[in-house]
Amino acid sequence: MKFPGIEGHWVVLVVVVPLLCSFLCFVLGRFLRRVPFYLALGASGFASVASLAVFLSVIRHGPIRYFLGGWLPPWGIEYRVDGLNAFMLLLVSGVSLLVTIYSKDNVPAEIKGEVTSFYTVYILLVTGLLGIVVTGDVFNLYVFLEISSLAAYTLIAAAEGRALLASFNYVIMGTVAACFYLLGVGYLYIMTGSLNMADLARLLPSLYHNPVVAIALAFFVVGLAIKVALFPLHTWLPDAYAYAPSTTSVIIASLMGKVGLYVLIRLLFSLFDPRYLLQDLPVLPMLSWLGAMAIIMGSLFALSQLDFKRMLAYSSVAQIGYVVLGVGMANSIALTGALLHVINHAVMKGGLFMAAGAIIQTTGKRQITDFHYLHRRMPFTMAALLLGALSMVGIPPTCGFFSKWYLILGAVKKGNLLFVGVILISSLLNALYFFRVLEYVFFKPLSEGSIKRREAPTTMLVPTLVMGGAVLLLGLGNQWVVSIVLKRALEVISWR
Amino acid sequence: MEVISSWRPLGAVLVSIGAFFLILATGEKRPNLREAWSVGAAIVKFLLVFSLRYPVLEGKIVECRLFPIAPGADLLLRVDSFGLLFGLVASFLWIFTTFYSIGYMRGLAAANQTRYFACFALALSATIGVAFSGNLITFYIFYEILTISTYPLVIHKETEEALRAGRKYLTYTLTAGVFLLFSIALTQYLAGTTGFKAGGFLDGVASPKVLTLLFVTFMIGCGTKAAIMPLHSWLPTAMIAPTPVSALLHAVAVVKAGVFGCVRILGYVFGPELLRQLGLIVPLGLVTSATIIVASVFALSADNLKRRLAFSTISQLSYIILGVALFTPDSFKGGLLHIPFHAFMKITLFFCAGAIYVTTHKENVSELDGIGKAMPLTLGAFAIGAFGMVGVPPICGYLSKWYLCVGTVEAHKPLFLGVYLSSALLNAAYFLPIVYNGFFKGEGGPVKEASPFMVISLLITAAGAFVLGIFPDFLLKVSRIASYAMTEVLGG
Amino acid sequence: MELLIAKYNYWISVAIMMIGFYAMIGKRNLIKKLIGMNIFQTSIFLFYISIGARKGGSVPILGAPSTYINPLPHVLILTAIVVSVSTTAVALSILIKIHRTHGTIEEDEIPRD
Repeated sequence: MKFPGIEGHWVVLVVVVPLLCSFLCFVLGRFLRRVPFYLALGASGFASVASLAVFLSVIRHGPIRYFLGGWLPPWGIEYRVDGLNAFMLLLVSGVSLLVTIYSKDNVPAEIKGEVTSFYTVYILLVTGLLGIVVTGDVFNLYVFLEISSLAAYTLIAAAEGRALLASFNYVIMGTVAACFYLLGVGYLYIMTGSLNMADLARLLPSLYHNPVVAIALAFFVVGLAIKVALFPLHTWLPDAYAYAPSTTSVIIASLMGKVGLYVLIRLLFSLFDPRYLLQDLPVLPMLSWLGAMAIIMGSLFALSQLDFKRMLAYSSVAQIGYVVLGVGMANSIALTGALLHVINHAVMKGGLFMAAGAIIQTTGKRQITDFHYLHRRMPFTMAALLLGALSMVGIPPTCGFFSKWYLILGAVKKGNLLFVGVILISSLLNALYFFRVLEYVFFKPLSEGSIKRREAPTTMLVPTLVMGGAVLLLGLGNQWVVSIVLKRALEVISWR
Repeated sequence: MEVISSWRPLGAVLVSIGAFFLILATGEKRPNLREAWSVGAAIVKFLLVFSLRYPVLEGKIVECRLFPIAPGADLLLRVDSFGLLFGLVASFLWIFTTFYSIGYMRGLAAANQTRYFACFALALSATIGVAFSGNLITFYIFYEILTISTYPLVIHKETEEALRAGRKYLTYTLTAGVFLLFSIALTQYLAGTTGFKAGGFLDGVASPKVLTLLFVTFMIGCGTKAAIMPLHSWLPTAMIAPTPVSALLHAVAVVKAGVFGCVRILGYVFGPELLRQLGLIVPLGLVTSATIIVASVFALSADNLKRRLAFSTISQLSYIILGVALFTPDSFKGGLLHIPFHAFMKITLFFCAGAIYVTTHKENVSELDGIGKAMPLTLGAFAIGAFGMVGVPPICGYLSKWYLCVGTVEAHKPLFLGVYLSSALLNAAYFLPIVYNGFFKGEGGPVKEASPFMVISLLITAAGAFVLGIFPDFLLKVSRIASYAMTEVLGG
Repeated sequence: MELLIAKYNYWISVAIMMIGFYAMIGKRNLIKKLIGMNIFQTSIFLFYISIGARKGGSVPILGAPSTYINPLPHVLILTAIVVSVSTTAVALSILIKIHRTHGTIEEDEIPRD
């Protein structure tokens, strides 16, 4: 993309422009009521364009290295985009653009109060997520991690009521997680004197015998496990996802967990050598077992939920387990499945939470048992919900099936039949609680009499349908995604 | 074997997906237009499938290779003789089921007809997709779409009982799907490919124990849809569906898709030699024999007519699997022939049951005395179907049973001959009294048949069953196609 | 014994961290939890800064003697302190809202349905 002056700086602008927009939103929003939404739209729109430019460049020319302020690493901060985060960048900005469109009607309806403040913090959240993905410096990552987390705490608390305590719990747990991450960074700095990811990757192998490095790794893993809500450190998630305002639920459910998983993968595979992770410290096997447990426990918990958003939240715990299981199994097929599931789940869960928000806004109903015959009232939203639900269960040709297929193949290759069983049984468990929702929506009328059609507002409906359609398209095109997008990512994290 | 490329298999699958959307868009406001989409799609689909008959009978295979859908596998439609056989049966009978459905649903003034016709179209798309799948992955994709698209049809009535039946249906079929998925993953890992190959491709890829385990999981996966006992229990429960659904889907499409899957696994994944080596033929034969006999016994005690027909179906499906499993020329051909023949007969029987229900609201056999006097055409067609099931010439049933019985002699396994013969006796025991009581007992009433849509449909399928017994190659050339498939698998 | 005395900064840091951790988990009052979180974070800051120190090192300014302590941890921790302050601010505002809504800031008195 050739714009005079901008070219070459897309990588940093993708973070800087939204940051500026957030500030402008705060300043201008007091005077002009329309400004916040359009600034948010502009920020995420620009971020999408920039991400696309970066993505195409990385696909064609290889990794981009951008030195902030012209200072060379390892003294300066480096932004580095390679195959692993190029597609994450695109995913984050694309989904946040859809969520921003979705928020136009949803935010004024649900947030009684300062819409300006909401959007300011919302844009900050997007900035933080983009920053995490794009940076190549471990401390810089901590800063962006906290930016996005703080924004998330605030956005969740915007719903008031039960969301306040949920948000506070998330504050406590999230801060502990970030502190653990910081400790890990500290230990690595003590041992190597560097904060640059590429530099650390070069310096660490000679230090693997040293227990300090092991401790650093341990802190990283535990901290990130809390952040991504890996069982059993998931307890903050159900309340936070369920009670947050609908827009917030969409963006944190679909993006925050994924970005955390990206950080985990980046640290485990780019920074550390996978061989070290398997032989010296059983980190990967432990992760795979925790992932398997998360899958089962998350699905079991979801079964008992009657609140639709809480059910989706526990389902997310299970889905994160899939990705962690794939990471833990650590053969290339399983890793492809894990990365594919990152993309797929962001789209599936995003679409489902969008549908949930649409239901709550137009009908006020949160309990599944109230969803009688909803397809008459909101047929298009329910079509998107149907696609999302089928994808979560793993029915082809929706995308959810294909990432599970890769994970199953990976487990078969590893010879671990127990993991195969876990993935297969969880599909059935997912079917149990999703089909219950579908039964109410499509097949359980409350009484005779016609139900008037009253769909969600267009700005909410269109993103929901886009997500639903994407579920099907990503499924049919999954090999395309793997060959173009993920191949590069796998090259980055392949065995050295 | 020459392979030619064509868009026609894809067209056959897609035409009813198009109908699905058109039906949903047309909605409740213009029912005649909406039904026209179904009829039109059915006719186009059949014509496309029929046109594939020419290259296949010349020895070619018609392929439509779409894009890659999984690592190492493309989305592949590949029409060989066996796939063509199933495709012809399903698409041909859909035309008449559509007409019948129009009469049935309007006769009952049923609700949610848009959803019904739309899901029906989607289910037929999936059926043709199953028939034309070229590898296990494509097969699995369409197989699961079939499960999902038939679910709304099963619970159509939306009563508590229907919802429970639907849950049971999904539990069985989705669990079977999980077993099937595991089997496919294992196959992909062991053999590196999942493409169907006449005569099998699994020879030598793994130890006998692993292959036996694989066989068992495959059989659970496909056998559940094929209602092999003890995985059959969903089928009688699914009779809560509207009768056209039971007729086409649970006598032809869904269960035959399960049987189709079983035969593909037996003949095109494992192959006769490998199965003989592993010693799996006799155990499979015993399980299917047990199904044949036990299901017939259950049919005897079922008073609800559709339930009786369901158990009869369970029994007849295992005829096909047993026939194929013995792997002798006549046995294999008989098994394959039974697919279309049983379809015609069973669909006639179900059509009659539905016609009786719509006009008299009677569901149970004990209520049907004298029904023949009020509905002579319907019960006459029923009689043709019933005689065919027992094996009375010239209705087609006797022909497939003949081949099957001769096949047991060829295979030197007279036990199975006994199974077929006793089953024929049991069939007579639970079918013929209905015919007798219907015509000769009870008081009649004035002649009042069901709507012409229904009556004409069931007369045509009954006539089909009759004609196919005399000219098995009439129109659809099923006998030649079955012979062809048999030589492919056994000779190849 | 040397281990205890030589690395005293580690031990103090661990002790403070555990105090903070206990407060976060063991206390029922939400403000006390928050204070615990702050203590926890502070222990980490102290740890970081202490590792930058050097025996006989002086202030890191141009023109000073050549052995100077490491300024980088100071910079990093300044950033982290800012983050900590922001987190505390957010948490406190949430607590104010909780107090307004429920009238209490004891964890077990807040209705959770």
